[in-house]
Amino acid sequence: MTDPTPTASSPLLAVRGLSKAFLGVQALDGVDFTVRHGEIHALLGENGAGKSTLIKTLTGVYQRDAGTVTLEGRTIAPRGVEEAQRLHIGTVYQEVNLLPNLSVAENLFLGRQPMRFGMRFGLVDRGAMRRRARAVLIPYGLTLDVTAPLGRFSVATQQIVAIARAVDMSAKVLILDEPTASLDAQEVAVLFKVMRTLRSRGIGIVFVTHFLDQVYALCDRITVLRNGRLVGERRTAELPRLDLVAMMLGRELEAAAHRIAPPVDDAEEDARPPLVRFRGYGKARSVEPFDLAIRPGEVVGLAGLLGSGRTETARLVFGMDRADRGEAAVDGQAVRLRGPRDAIRLGFGFCPEDRKKEGIVGALSVRENIILALQARQGWLRPIPRRRQEEIADRFIRLLDIRTPHAEQPIQLLSGGNQQKALLARWLATEPRLLILDEPTRGIDVGAHAEIIRLIERLCADGMALLVVSSELEEIVAYSRRVVVLRDRRHVAELRGGEVAVDRIVAAIASESVPVEPRP
Amino acid sequence: MSRTWLISAAAAAALLIGLGGAQAADKKLVVGFSQIGSESGWRAAETKTAKTEAEKRGIDLKISDAQQKQENQIKAVRSFVAQGVDAIFIAPVVATGWDSVLKEAKEAKIPVVLLDRQIETRDPGLYMTAVTSDTVLEGRVAGEWLAKQTGGTCNVVELQGTVGSSPAINRKKGFDEVVAKTPGMKIVRTQSGDFTRAKGKEVMESFIKAENGGKGICAVYAHNDDMAVGAIQAIKEAGLKPGKDILVVSIDGVPDIFKAMAEGEANATVELTPNMAGPAFDALIAFKKDGKAPPKWIQTESALFTPDTAKAEYERRKDAY
Amino acid sequence: MTRSAPGPSRNLPQYGALAAVLLANWLLFPDFFSIRLQDGRLFGSLIDVLNRGAPVALLAIGMTMVIATRGVDLSVGAVMAISGAVAATLTQAGWGLLPVLAASLGAGLLCGLWNGLLVAVLRIQPIIATLILMVAGRGIAQLVTEGQIVTFTSPGLAFIGSGSFLTVPMPVVITAVLLGVTALLVRMTALGLMIEAVGVNRLSSAGAGVNTPVVLIAVYVWCGLCAAVAGLVVAADIRGADANNAGLWLELDAILAVVVGGTSLLGGRFGLLLSVVGALILQAMNTGILLSGFKPEFNLIVKAGVLMVVLLLQSPTLTLFLPRPAGPRPAQPPVRPPTPPRAKPESPSPSAGA
Repeated sequence: MTDPTPTASSPLLAVRGLSKAFLGVQALDGVDFTVRHGEIHALLGENGAGKSTLIKTLTGVYQRDAGTVTLEGRTIAPRGVEEAQRLHIGTVYQEVNLLPNLSVAENLFLGRQPMRFGMRFGLVDRGAMRRRARAVLIPYGLTLDVTAPLGRFSVATQQIVAIARAVDMSAKVLILDEPTASLDAQEVAVLFKVMRTLRSRGIGIVFVTHFLDQVYALCDRITVLRNGRLVGERRTAELPRLDLVAMMLGRELEAAAHRIAPPVDDAEEDARPPLVRFRGYGKARSVEPFDLAIRPGEVVGLAGLLGSGRTETARLVFGMDRADRGEAAVDGQAVRLRGPRDAIRLGFGFCPEDRKKEGIVGALSVRENIILALQARQGWLRPIPRRRQEEIADRFIRLLDIRTPHAEQPIQLLSGGNQQKALLARWLATEPRLLILDEPTRGIDVGAHAEIIRLIERLCADGMALLVVSSELEEIVAYSRRVVVLRDRRHVAELRGGEVAVDRIVAAIASESVPVEPRP
Repeated sequence: MSRTWLISAAAAAALLIGLGGAQAADKKLVVGFSQIGSESGWRAAETKTAKTEAEKRGIDLKISDAQQKQENQIKAVRSFVAQGVDAIFIAPVVATGWDSVLKEAKEAKIPVVLLDRQIETRDPGLYMTAVTSDTVLEGRVAGEWLAKQTGGTCNVVELQGTVGSSPAINRKKGFDEVVAKTPGMKIVRTQSGDFTRAKGKEVMESFIKAENGGKGICAVYAHNDDMAVGAIQAIKEAGLKPGKDILVVSIDGVPDIFKAMAEGEANATVELTPNMAGPAFDALIAFKKDGKAPPKWIQTESALFTPDTAKAEYERRKDAY
Repeated sequence: MTRSAPGPSRNLPQYGALAAVLLANWLLFPDFFSIRLQDGRLFGSLIDVLNRGAPVALLAIGMTMVIATRGVDLSVGAVMAISGAVAATLTQAGWGLLPVLAASLGAGLLCGLWNGLLVAVLRIQPIIATLILMVAGRGIAQLVTEGQIVTFTSPGLAFIGSGSFLTVPMPVVITAVLLGVTALLVRMTALGLMIEAVGVNRLSSAGAGVNTPVVLIAVYVWCGLCAAVAGLVVAADIRGADANNAGLWLELDAILAVVVGGTSLLGGRFGLLLSVVGALILQAMNTGILLSGFKPEFNLIVKAGVLMVVLLLQSPTLTLFLPRPAGPRPAQPPVRPPTPPRAKPESPSPSAGA
């Protein structure tokens, strides 16, 4: 396996013991990774697994701290994307990194245009460039106007042009980083055809994706990373989905992992009128239409892998993104959610996943952050008196134990956990009926973590409805009465009562297109 | 078939019109005038005066408004050349970049007269003459009037135009010449008022404070009338009488300064005449008659006006501007 | 209004700079602080600083709020020209004072609304969106005046520029009133909080339910109104509307005043009074230069030098090297000792105390 001599059976690309740290955080820790000639190799892992660090190290964006990378037996250490391309490693990202206002042909030959009268001072030979561009694209089944600006074509076409450029620049290893994330089913099929053609030409393709169905449809081998370490490399045919998900989530599944929860009278539960109900709710290229009902005093968990549509579901429910199909009702009354203001008026609150970008207002004080939603709902003409603001802020600082020197501290100076608690306080101050929490415990220290989970349980006991997205399955199991499992932007299963258990969630994530049926 | 006919008919018509134009030119001079635009009251008055002066002499004047753009002026000159006018007047928006289009006019044997501004060219033969005012002379005329009026003893504050602009430099130069040869006269303060009323007023306010509440100031010399109008307001608001406690002399001769003079608040203005076209027409007619080339630079008169004629002059001007 | 800067220590650069410039003026010109009454109106160089500083101060009031939302309004100078042109032209046409004021301020509001819609609804970058009106606005003003300086003699309108109220020149009174009204408007309502929130993080604010488009439109409308008032003051002062020159480049002075006043171009916290102080610093320098008798060629260099010193005093890198005055909240208790969450007597129920 580690034999470096280039023979016919030797690997195309061999990574051995690769390590990379950022500011003391070990992003990659002794990772091995092997790509063979003519294979499609899935590189999988959850958030923080080290996929993107590995790719960026291979393409020269980062320099490795330790380890070796050999391509066809030759040790390489590219110092930039261009050098990597010269060393036969091509990369295509989800966001195509070409120039949309240049023509297809120009994009294909950017920086290596066919020249008349010599390379350095010559003129671009446009005729030759067009002819060659058309020829390059034929194997990909693309016959298009190569003089048209690239931006005029679909993302899928742009990606194929990017792939064609990389392959034409003599790529032997082609890295595709989430190429399918913004494509529809038909476009995915076209892309897959291209990938299979390239495989048959002996190119080694590294395929990064969150869609397990696509992995099983296309890939020969799978390498799973977790927390910067290699979990293992398997042949796809020999790795059941369940095992794959377990590898990604880092759990050894045992038969006894079923949690025997107290029996819940589902009939009685279902008879209670829901606070909110969504029917056929969805948004193209974001989440497939789903049905969802949440009752007062109930915690509904949203589980799934990264990119499965959990966050997208939460955002649709709060109106951060606008649904383009389906209907929503609160207390049985049809409602429209055109934006957060509509949702807030209906008594919803939402703590987003990206706290810094979408949650806190960094330079403002803890007090102002706490009262912001309440004040916004009251309107600017009815200001909350300063005294009252201080009362509210102080009460929640005490109640949620927000660690801050005083309420006037700018919130950006607080730790992540305390920022999260302040955000919770912002919504609790509005006395919401439905609170949506997207990864409420991400990036939070252990103590605050436990407090937030206890808080969720208490809020639920007080009659609030909660919709919680989390990648921590134990956490979801601990507080959810029902768990909606998502895979590939689809709600694939709903577990309730006794079914709410880590292994059942994992099984549902790993399941093929048939949803898991609730069994007694 | 019908297409060919149409084209030949159009050509014939064009020929006829062209002949008609050529015939008319025997009796009536046709002059094309490329004007900068109408960015100020003075500019509008210049255009208006050109029209009335042309009418007086029975000249057919075609005016083209360039809206402050040289490329529009070049286009206009080319179209005048194509029309075969008898002469072209240009009020150039900038000083450079005229050589090639003037060559075209010269090849077509059409004389060119510059109005109101000079150009920079290596070949002065490209234009027949330039009619402009002498801005140094304007400053000198204002200074000489003031020296005479005060008997040669006066502390002057000066409101300059925009720093670095050629009228500001020259109007200062002409005035300074008089100051230099008049021992009792000196400029105690000088600052830029940017040729605007608002700045003129603000600068005058500070001059008054700096010179002992205005008591040390005998006269204010403003590089244009607008600043003088602003200065008059500042003098009044300081509790002094403009035109008496502090004399006011300025340059341009716009209607508002005549109004101020009529009310006794200003003392003199040196006119920058808007009649640039009149002398140009006279030179042109003389040239057409006996082929005598006029001098390269025709200076307009820098006439000084004082309050005695101010009311009449105001009435005469207020419609031209 | 100085809530953004809780103690005097944080505002030290601004007040210090103003004091230093005034002191320098006094050294150059000993009569600088002498004030007397002239025709029932205060008269003196210090009054000139306030009076001549009024237009930029008025602009700075509106500009402060726009900048607080992380925007900028380049069109204020052109809006001044429009409002002055409208006022002068209508007055000359025989309109009464009140309709003239209404039309002129209305023009300013419309300009602000236009800017606000471009920024808030069409999401054009503020610098580009307001550039449109900066260029077109002066043309509009020239259309209104037909390229002339339109003069008027109406004593009512002239009073706004050169009249006085209780001996204080009207421009100063108007600036003080507009400053007070604006301060009340933003600090007595929740508008100030929303402006700061939108400026710091538009996405988070929208997520918390702040009506970000309305907040943005409101600040640009108010900025347009402030510019219209400034345009009226300038036109009334010279009894004429000069579409070519009124407010020319004053947008830059207004932005400078706001920055000198300590409001960051990155949005967020703002101080209206400090921006007015910034405008006064600029004007005190202008007046000082005029009084000093320097050659006009030096004006811009002197101005740039003084500004550099003021801005350097605010530089966070530089202040690290200066002795730091005591914080504004010395009485605050230190970090709350961590209490075990189980010990909390209250339940975090939303109904617990609301």
